[in-house]
Amino acid sequence: MSGWSALHGFLTTDPDDAGCGRTLELLEIYADLVIANAGPEVRYPDIAAHLRACDPCADDLAGLVAAARDNGS
Amino acid sequence: MTPAPRAARATSVWFPSLDPESVEWLRALTGPEREAATERLHDHLLRIARRELRRRGEQARITGPELDDLAHQSASDALVSILAKLEEFRGDSRFTTWAYRFVVLEVSNKLGRHFWTRPRAPFDREDWERLPDRFGFDPAQESEWRETIEALRLAVEHELTPYQRTLFVAIVLNGVPVDAMTARLGTNRNAIYKALFDARRKLRASLVARGLLDHHEDAERERP
Repeated sequence: MSGWSALHGFLTTDPDDAGCGRTLELLEIYADLVIANAGPEVRYPDIAAHLRACDPCADDLAGLVAAARDNGS
Repeated sequence: MTPAPRAARATSVWFPSLDPESVEWLRALTGPEREAATERLHDHLLRIARRELRRRGEQARITGPELDDLAHQSASDALVSILAKLEEFRGDSRFTTWAYRFVVLEVSNKLGRHFWTRPRAPFDREDWERLPDRFGFDPAQESEWRETIEALRLAVEHELTPYQRTLFVAIVLNGVPVDAMTARLGTNRNAIYKALFDARRKLRASLVARGLLDHHEDAERERP
């Protein structure tokens, strides 16, 4: 990623961004939709917008999806 | 006969579409096998905590006994929360996904607090020379980005609130993780995200007003 892309990414905000609160509140529902390949970004576009911009929440989702896929094993 | 706890009774009544594994977990955690089921759930949580800490711990420089200690703390704290909130489970997801969320978030919180045991640099160091590198700008092309980066620095200095500026310096300039700042400031991730979200909008407006951003956005779009 070029410096310009990174700068634009940082400065670009999505008005539909759900924020961390709602995202973490619904994280397990979103994770199950990811695992089921059931279009979570269509059902929750505001959360999808947030996950594109918030690395910590995206990291939590990645960890939860991995854990739920393996069912804790 | 002791009546079944509410969650166990609710399982069949309120969650008719719940998957069999979730039904079984709820039944076991609220029935006579509660102790064994709790132990089994703790084992799952501990495995997840260890794996999450290994996945994220490299960046946080956590290994060995320290990693294991944090994993045990995360699993135990998550288990306490799960058991306390069992009756809040609405069946909107699989039970295990709902439960694992607690341990994943515990790991995030504990990594945030752990950051301050060995901070890499003062979080408030204002070394603006680092700013181009934080965005990955090539020093060889400084003539292309120098004006924009300087304008960004001035906008941070003059247009952000003191709180937004503190967050920008810590998180963007010094690379402090967001969860470490939540621990440091005694706030939550959403409050920090919201403050930075507003700061990003201000900074963008400032650069656009000076004609420094649209030009490069066009150039970016024109790239193959």
